Amino acid sequence: MPLLQVEDLSKNFVIHALGRTIPAFQGVSFTLEAGSLLLIRGPNGAGKSSLLRCLYRTYLPDGGRAIYATADGTIDLASAADVDIALLRRTEIGHVTQFLRPRPRVTALDLVAEPLLVAGHSLAEAREAAADWLGSLGLKAAIWQAYPSTFSGGEQQKINLARAMIAPRRLLLLDEPTAALDPDARAALRSRISTLKAAGVAMIGVFHHPEDIAGLIDVEFHVA
Amino acid sequence: MPQPQPHQRRLLPPRLVRQAPLLELRGLSKRYGRIVAVQGVNLELYPGETVGIVGESGSGKSTVLRMLNLEEAADAGTYHLAVPGFTEQNLFALDRFHQRQLRIQQIGIVYQQPHMGLRMQATSGGNVAERLIMAGERRFATLRRAASDALASSEFPADRIDDPPAVLSGGMQQRVQLAKAIALRPALLLLDEPTTGLDVSIQALVLDTLLRLRRERQITTLIVSHDLGVIRTLADRVLVMRHGAVVECGLTDQILDDPQHPYTQQLVSARL
Repeated sequence: MPLLQVEDLSKNFVIHALGRTIPAFQGVSFTLEAGSLLLIRGPNGAGKSSLLRCLYRTYLPDGGRAIYATADGTIDLASAADVDIALLRRTEIGHVTQFLRPRPRVTALDLVAEPLLVAGHSLAEAREAAADWLGSLGLKAAIWQAYPSTFSGGEQQKINLARAMIAPRRLLLLDEPTAALDPDARAALRSRISTLKAAGVAMIGVFHHPEDIAGLIDVEFHVA
Repeated sequence: MPQPQPHQRRLLPPRLVRQAPLLELRGLSKRYGRIVAVQGVNLELYPGETVGIVGESGSGKSTVLRMLNLEEAADAGTYHLAVPGFTEQNLFALDRFHQRQLRIQQIGIVYQQPHMGLRMQATSGGNVAERLIMAGERRFATLRRAASDALASSEFPADRIDDPPAVLSGGMQQRVQLAKAIALRPALLLLDEPTTGLDVSIQALVLDTLLRLRRERQITTLIVSHDLGVIRTLADRVLVMRHGAVVECGLTDQILDDPQHPYTQQLVSARL
């Protein structure tokens, strides 16, 4: 059985103040196996990010199904209870967004370490793993203890990536993870993605420059 | 193209989360004379989760919190908490003695106004110890130690334990309230605008303490706030209230990024 089977998924935004419906995407179907990477292709505004957000349930899909094989039985991500989705976000499904939400007075290192603390790791373990991630992405160690709200876009994206990918996941949704990264960091991310794939993690990605992950793509899906 | 229509997509009952809810509230209603303050509110809180209630002033969100704290009577509704000794009981129907006992042992609350939760002229340590005394603890050394443990957990500076809340800053006063609320390790923590009125940087520190406490103690929390940033930081799920009723509920990011109800869309887009 595939890890994820998406059937006829669709999303429209109803904007009540305008009395309008804005379609995001319609009739999306694909399957995804454990350890494989699916690339979503399509022009700007085709609904690529919206599709990822629907699978993470930041957006509520309004039609179709997304049958996901959890470690504990299958569930439809499109209609599962909110508390079940919240549980999966803590344990199985990660979402790498394009923007970091820094919190005042929380250091870069601790922001990255936080998902491991939530998963029950000790502070020392979590900080060590966070340092490993930040080091491999090339964030200067001198700013690990600083507050990221004033960091550059590229630096913030490194923290964002590390934070989103540090905890073990079975499914990762990657929304332009290489945007704003320098070449060394892109190479480091590529190597991390390769390692995760080998460990059986499935990934669905939107990449502005798919050549960043050339050789790692197993399936492509086009949204019109 | 599909026509615009207000809808709330129906979701399945929980399947992966197999624990029963810690808190179950059904049909909560409250009137003040002819004013309907709360009508037909349902709510479940699962163990360890943080749920937010948002809405404008007068939406009834704080009234719900006060009724859950059993400090105000409900006109209608049932309220269950899965805690030892009270599991099968409708808490609204308990006598005052048992309500007080339950509240001391199992419910902690932090108010926006520190004077509602604290005796402002007593020492900070004494305020926290009072909670333990109400629960029957009489040994001075135990009280002193338990109070300083709770204050340390809420990151209150140890050298100010003998200062009364009246001379403390707003952020410190909230830490004393928090220490008092968690001193007896309650099952339920209620937060009523806990950081409203604090400086932004102090607010961030208090929010960080709350996040750490939640992580370390897995305390089930209900937070009422009109500040959507606070809700985004703390809450897993959100209920949106208007005119005393819940108009929408969902995962916090879904409510803030893909609101379904016309009122929620208006509330979310009103952010600066």
